[in-house]
Amino acid sequence: MVPLSAYVAVSAVLFATGLIGVLIRRNFIIVLMAVEIMLNAANINLVAFSHYLESMAGQIIALFVIAIAAGEAAVGLAIIIVVFRGKLSTNVDEMNLLKW
Amino acid sequence: MVPFFFAYFSLVSIAAGILTVALRNPVHCGLALLTLLLHVAGLFVLLNAEFLFAVQIIVYAGAILVLYLFVLMLLNLKTDERYLHTRYALLLFAALGIGGELFLLVLRSPFGGAKGDAPAEAVLKEGASYAVGIKMFSDYLLPFEIVGVFLLGAIIGAIVLAKTPTAADAEHPQGRG
Repeated sequence: MVPLSAYVAVSAVLFATGLIGVLIRRNFIIVLMAVEIMLNAANINLVAFSHYLESMAGQIIALFVIAIAAGEAAVGLAIIIVVFRGKLSTNVDEMNLLKW
Repeated sequence: MVPFFFAYFSLVSIAAGILTVALRNPVHCGLALLTLLLHVAGLFVLLNAEFLFAVQIIVYAGAILVLYLFVLMLLNLKTDERYLHTRYALLLFAALGIGGELFLLVLRSPFGGAKGDAPAEAVLKEGASYAVGIKMFSDYLLPFEIVGVFLLGAIIGAIVLAKTPTAADAEHPQGRG
């Protein structure tokens, strides 16, 4: 029997990996992929607690998280295409038009 | 048997996550992300969440990842010489600090709580899809409808954002019929 803390530890490691990816990568598409890693870490946590606390609520919320991730990917990639059309680049450091 | 599969799925998903962040070519990053998603789906099976396993494969690996790869192929990116942030060492240190603290806090908490109304035997008897469906369309009906409206908004937003501006749009800003 695998303890709950093992799942939580895997989820924490994956979340930290995604956080590092968001912070250090400069390609916008890779940053969005790192956000997907973080959402998956949250999903593992939700489903693990749902199983060990014998409740269905965690799985329902995980389904909603997947739906939100789909919307985020669609809108984020559309923004990338618009920015790429003007700048011919997906480097996040060059997107500073809205900076004060 | 379960501990072996847990070790395999978790180790491969962590390795694939690190590769997604570390690889230089964006297409290789996408393929590493695909490996991560499939192994996370394996973890869902170990947790008796068969419906979520199917949704993870179909929606994540089937739709979202294909969208990423499609945009990568469409943009035809040249690989950057410097693909990391200029101050990546500082940011890496900060993120490792946050991650380490999260890890310690998570391992110290007792994980207690009241048990719910869906023990594993009952879920296995009637099937995971049945249990998810009954719960979603009774207690979680309002969030379900809100997610539907959210997805509609995301579709419209993506179409409006990615619409190619034509020459006629510039001449007649109010649009042509």
